[in-house]
Amino acid sequence: MLSRTANSIYWMARSLERAENLTRLLDVSHNMSLMPNSKGGQQELLAPLTITGRLDQFRETFSQLSAEALLEFFLFDECNDGSIFSCIRSARDNAHSVRDKLSSEAWESINTTWLELRHRRQRGISHEGVKSLIDWIKQRSHEFRGAAYGTMLHNNVFHFMRLGTFIERADNTARILRVKLEVMESQHNSNHAIDFYQWNALLQSLGAYEAYHVKYTGGLTTRNVTELLILSAELPRSLRYCIGALMSQLIAIEGDQGQAAKRLCAELHARLEYGEVDFITRFGLHEYLNDLLRRIHTIGDEIHRSYWEGA
Amino acid sequence: MTAIEQPAPHLYDEMLCSEGVHAHYQAYLRWLENTPDATLEQKRREADTLFRRFGITFNVYGEEEGTERLIPFDLIPRIIPSSEWNHLELGLRQRVTALNRFLHDIYHDQEILNAGIIPAEQVLTNQQFQTAMLGVDLPGNNYIPITGVDLIRDSNGEYFVLEDNLRTPSGVSYMLENRKMMMRLFPELFLAQSVAPVEHYPNLLLETLQSASDADSPCVVVLTPGRYNSAFFEHAFLAQQMGVPLVEGADLFVRNGCVFMRTTTGPRQVHVIYRRIDDAFLDPLAFNPDSMLGVPGLLSAYRDGNIILANALGTGVADDKSIYPYVPNMIRFYLDEEPILNNVPTWVCRREEDLSYVLDHLEELVVKEVHGAGGYGMLIGPKANRDELNKFRQLLRDNPANYIAQPTLCLSTCPTMVSEGIAPRHIDLRPFVLSGSEIKLVPGGLTRVALREGSLVVNSSQGGGTKDTWVLEGNPC
Repeated sequence: MLSRTANSIYWMARSLERAENLTRLLDVSHNMSLMPNSKGGQQELLAPLTITGRLDQFRETFSQLSAEALLEFFLFDECNDGSIFSCIRSARDNAHSVRDKLSSEAWESINTTWLELRHRRQRGISHEGVKSLIDWIKQRSHEFRGAAYGTMLHNNVFHFMRLGTFIERADNTARILRVKLEVMESQHNSNHAIDFYQWNALLQSLGAYEAYHVKYTGGLTTRNVTELLILSAELPRSLRYCIGALMSQLIAIEGDQGQAAKRLCAELHARLEYGEVDFITRFGLHEYLNDLLRRIHTIGDEIHRSYWEGA
Repeated sequence: MTAIEQPAPHLYDEMLCSEGVHAHYQAYLRWLENTPDATLEQKRREADTLFRRFGITFNVYGEEEGTERLIPFDLIPRIIPSSEWNHLELGLRQRVTALNRFLHDIYHDQEILNAGIIPAEQVLTNQQFQTAMLGVDLPGNNYIPITGVDLIRDSNGEYFVLEDNLRTPSGVSYMLENRKMMMRLFPELFLAQSVAPVEHYPNLLLETLQSASDADSPCVVVLTPGRYNSAFFEHAFLAQQMGVPLVEGADLFVRNGCVFMRTTTGPRQVHVIYRRIDDAFLDPLAFNPDSMLGVPGLLSAYRDGNIILANALGTGVADDKSIYPYVPNMIRFYLDEEPILNNVPTWVCRREEDLSYVLDHLEELVVKEVHGAGGYGMLIGPKANRDELNKFRQLLRDNPANYIAQPTLCLSTCPTMVSEGIAPRHIDLRPFVLSGSEIKLVPGGLTRVALREGSLVVNSSQGGGTKDTWVLEGNPC
């Protein structure tokens, strides 16, 4: 497989996953900002900016932090290369350059998403409302995944695609958890009601709300949420799951390249597979997440080095 | 349905004639007359939506947003009876064979120049003549695996060759997508009549490209300038249909005289490049040094016989306007046959008798500079005033070798859906000829249609559209 093709496929998947994650984030942030007794309204709005590291860029364009400005910035802003619009454009551009490697149904799905997104952007957010726009983006992301799973050969192209998806998703889960933790710490987490809503929102954004209640009875606790999102072998957005998937994709890719990436990935996976929530708590959740993020980035760098710089 | 606007009496129409309708269009016309306008309109919209969703677009240079445009697709097919096609096919095989012999000859013994059939300086000083190709032997002496020949019909319905395309002819993907679209929109038409299939073109293309190499299992790639090229869709489409990698210049490199591509499992040797990049951009070391599209060292690997380029380097000299008038004589010289398909009558003003004819009939003719392009340095006799005519008379006398002349063209028409209903519009035909160990064609080709009333310009960059092209098998009933 051409290195350039692998690279485009990988970034197509990363951009698409990023768009979906961002959508989930905005959804929660939107919901939280509507809550009457959420004192930290501003902090809720800040969260997506902190998670994506775009606070400065946002302040350059918008004088005030408001729900409307935030949505505008993250949904449709062309100048924000981290907006959903930009992510989907980048995903579609990458797909376009390697369209011969996608199944026609997968290509048509992503192309249709792009064409309709442009149309919706022209009509503006108010035309259909935030909620239905968010639902639509999530649905499009699901549709592409379904088309790709159901119609593409599960060969190298597919493996590089999944590689992009899972590294982006792992990164996202770790970041989102870290920022939530910061928000809660800053709000003096003595207030259990606020805690509840915070964890609730986090689970919602990761599509893990139902999963939590299947696995745990009783209320939402930091310990259980941490265990679910970091160590669960079953939750498709948990860190353990993502790193496991990353590892199996790396192993499935043909050839002897990528030894370093495979080794680092396997090490990280072992830490998660045999990890215990008590250890994480003792280690300090915040520090643990920082360490995870560093490791994920190193794996990403190694993937670059082995598959498209080395060739 | 609304009435079909009658064609002009002095032009040949593909569907309608003085007796009513040509036999091979009878069944289609009956169907068309029984189909409500609303249905046609709905199908037309459906086609637009589908083409856009499939991303079957071409890029327009110099436009920012929405650079990907649809080529207008007309629902009314151009139909060719099989007897007519058989004649065309014979003529195309003959012409392409002679052109290939010509290319081999001018890069080797130059017999045709020595025999005085074509003036040597016309060939040797031509910009498209590649001295780097002199004495280079290609496997099978095959220069032009892929050819597109543009055909038009005069007022009597006779076919003429307007132009040969021997460099990187495009449009075949539209031929294939148009057929797919028609079968999707109007399956009943294909049940009622037997339309010769074209869908196997990519298989034939792959066979042709593979057969160009001596390697055991040759690695074939399609080389594209990238996704901003106007024909990127076609490059990606053909690569996908053939199941071969679509590469850009930067994906390839030359090592030890061989060409490799960069893959995730390390370098892999490439044997055949179906290149969709012009000669001048292929190798920055040998040609345009600013080219970002090419592969440094490619020419030397090519001359060493370690890589096949399709089409070969330097084929442009044979489809040049100044060489075109000599193609009928090439056929006679190399094949000892009379041309089956004629050129548009062309007067070569360097010949004395041609010159005197042109000077006598200047009001009826189109005069072109041999190396001109894009309508510059051109006289359209019927539209010119006395001063312009006199000016050209002088130019012709001063430097006759610089000019050719042709009658004003009258392309045939075909009923086409336009905003006012169904009206005749001018069309041409580009069949694609594949030459490997043998010559292969799929029946038909790409029909291009000039959508503006009276216009003769069928190019997609200037508002041209396309039609599905049917070769009907068996006798029309």
